[in-house]
Amino acid sequence: MPDTLSRRYVDELEAGIERIWEVAQELGLRPFPTHFEIVPASVMYEIGSYGMPGRFSHWTHGKAYQVQKMMYDYGLSKIYELVINTNPCYAFLLETNTVLQNKLVAAHVLAHSDFFANSAHFARTSRQMVDTVSLNAERIRGYEFAHGADEVERLLDAVLSIQEHVDPYATLEDVEPDERKAKPPRESAFDDLWGLDARTSAPPDAAAPERSRARPSQPVRDLLLFIERHSPRLDDWERDVVSIVRAEMLYFYPQMQTKIINEGWASYWHAQIMRALDLSTDEYLEFAELHAGILQPSSRRLNPYHLGFRILEDIERRTNADGGDGRAKLYEVRELESDVSLIRNYLTQGLVEDLDLYLYQRVGDELVVVDKDWKAVRDRLVGELSSHGFPVIQVEDGDYNGNLELYLKHSWDGQKLDLPYAEKTLAYVNRLWGRRVWLETRKSDEERLLLSYDAREGHKTHS
Amino acid sequence: MSTVSLTQHDWSLHRKGAMDQARHKQKVKEAVRQNLADIVSEQSIITSDGKKVVRVPIRTLDEYKFRFDPSDQQQVGEGNGGSKVGDVLERYGKGQGPGQGPQAGDQPGVDYYEAELTMEELAGMVFEDLCLPNLEEKRMQELESETVRFTDIRKSGPYANLDKRRTIRENIKRNAKQGQPHFGALKNDDLRFKTWERSVRRESNAVVIAMMDVSGSMGTFEKYVSRAFYYWMVRFLRTRYDNVKIVFIAHHTEAKEVTEEEFFTRGESGGTKASSAYQLALSLVEERYDPGSWNIYPFHFSDGDNWPSDNELCRQLADRLVGQSNLFGYGEIRQGRYSYQSTLMHTFQQLSSPKFVTVTIADKAEVYPALRRFFGPEVGVHA
Repeated sequence: MPDTLSRRYVDELEAGIERIWEVAQELGLRPFPTHFEIVPASVMYEIGSYGMPGRFSHWTHGKAYQVQKMMYDYGLSKIYELVINTNPCYAFLLETNTVLQNKLVAAHVLAHSDFFANSAHFARTSRQMVDTVSLNAERIRGYEFAHGADEVERLLDAVLSIQEHVDPYATLEDVEPDERKAKPPRESAFDDLWGLDARTSAPPDAAAPERSRARPSQPVRDLLLFIERHSPRLDDWERDVVSIVRAEMLYFYPQMQTKIINEGWASYWHAQIMRALDLSTDEYLEFAELHAGILQPSSRRLNPYHLGFRILEDIERRTNADGGDGRAKLYEVRELESDVSLIRNYLTQGLVEDLDLYLYQRVGDELVVVDKDWKAVRDRLVGELSSHGFPVIQVEDGDYNGNLELYLKHSWDGQKLDLPYAEKTLAYVNRLWGRRVWLETRKSDEERLLLSYDAREGHKTHS
Repeated sequence: MSTVSLTQHDWSLHRKGAMDQARHKQKVKEAVRQNLADIVSEQSIITSDGKKVVRVPIRTLDEYKFRFDPSDQQQVGEGNGGSKVGDVLERYGKGQGPGQGPQAGDQPGVDYYEAELTMEELAGMVFEDLCLPNLEEKRMQELESETVRFTDIRKSGPYANLDKRRTIRENIKRNAKQGQPHFGALKNDDLRFKTWERSVRRESNAVVIAMMDVSGSMGTFEKYVSRAFYYWMVRFLRTRYDNVKIVFIAHHTEAKEVTEEEFFTRGESGGTKASSAYQLALSLVEERYDPGSWNIYPFHFSDGDNWPSDNELCRQLADRLVGQSNLFGYGEIRQGRYSYQSTLMHTFQQLSSPKFVTVTIADKAEVYPALRRFFGPEVGVHA
């Protein structure tokens, strides 16, 4: 063990964490067994910029790392907590924190760990992801040796540009081509039984279509899955890279879906747990200051810690006022809700007014508050959260023009796409698809816009 | 307790972030290299004198994604009580956004990623394959410097320079040979003296004779371009010569030696006689910059609107100047004009010396190609 920290510091923190574990258990939290590791700041921001230790190399990670490092070096921001959804759960503590700061982080982390263990949205996530990402990184490293680092980098540039376009609910069947689904719709619950004979007698999947002639029966939201299955261009190793990025994204997906509720939950519990410890006056002051810092609202960006914390507190208060068990209600909310459903079900008019939430927009050279209606605020928030701030882009056709071209459609919700960005991204998709790639979107509610890109002919706009 | 544990390991060899960061930096450099033409004439860099780190806007390192138009989006914010519709959260300066997206007024904007580079790194890239053509061995100027360096030991010298330590050592050595290793019975033969040399520094010198037409027809753009060019030219020459001087000559029908500030700011009306500048340049060379020991780089920027009757004189003087120079450049700045050749340029075509180079600049981005034409390896082949 390096001698950077005194024995006393480590002993005190270790005792503190054990006490916090007991308190958390008494209060009803059921976290995974949790392992804490004390690390220097450099490791903290490294893990922060990769999302997880051991992930594959790419310059975008290096860019994130540089930003984090600079923010830390200039004292602009500091990562306090870093916790990984695995069983046992891994968490990282900053070695430059005081013992009390790290105790608060530990309390916060145990609540995250409890959330990972008990929220329905995490039920299907892999709990061995640290090992998986290391194996993935090794496979990609192998491809670098086999095909050249530049080639792999160009591929990753393209895949990462659409990495958010995955769908945890997509199944392979969704991206299978139309022809396969020529079955008549079910009329009764037992219809499928009648077909059993026919199926056994038919030649096994003789009509299995080539992977390329793909026209999905319904629009597919999972671009990565569709491309991995049906791209007319990609080699097997390239498909593997696409599937690695997709699998890792799916692992992070529930965390994107539950940012507000998860941070709210952790903030609620770190406050409860710290109050249950025997803190001296000085320690209590330090805790209160930290807590206030974490929950500091911002005029330009919603602070998920603050919003989540306030909604949960409000739920507990209202349940108790109605003669219910507020705590029990919270456990139920933690098990069921995502950010979208939490906002939809529990962001009340009273809360919107209390929190002084508003909608703002750029008007000319100013950012101006444009709406304070609580429903408008709530609906905008729901809209933003349901696609994590990204536009919904769906595959309409993988054999457009009968020429294996890929036709994407932006699900219009009144918000324009950033067109220069969309064009660059289309070029990336073309790298993955190999044929002309189309994107249908709108300039306004009335005006349709159709773009396409082909490596040889470049960008085109169609009317 | 097995359910919760705490450890601290040695993470000092953990280098992945640093390695990917290095790759990112490398990509930044590649991007800079691809955009050199734009960067070389970037105002913030030319006026960044003295600053060590420059910020270079580059476009290629953005992480492109399907995203919403940031200028079109309503977002949720949180006030501290009492916010009203119409409250202004932030005001941007004119035409300056939050670093993103099309500007107000539907003008397509550009998203920039700003890379930080030291001036040396940037200069290194700009000068990477530039060279000094027609390099002649000039007599170096010898400067006798004041400093004296003790460089050697001798057996005789003034007592003030006696090297006591060595003298004692020699004495003990001699005694030791006779079986008595101690100090004593000093002889003349033991004495050691330090001697010194006067150090002589040799310097290679270069002078840039910057000439510019300041007649009415030369506008802000023309001055900007010449400024950008001279900035890099002087910087480049400094990497090759110990001592680079630059003299500024402004001319319309008469030429005058001016300060740098006057050179780039002054504007006068009237016609143009380029010969006046060449005349002055020749007399400067004669008086101050002997071609025997100075490398001479005259460069003249003009819009080419010279008095036709003056052209022949220009050619003769330029010819003489070329004879005394390492390289003589003539740059014609013709922004937004018809691309007919000026009569001056036409006259200069008759000069066939490989040391005479002409460039035409019509756009800011052509400063870098002009530099390369001037100092590039192909100069002298088809000048």
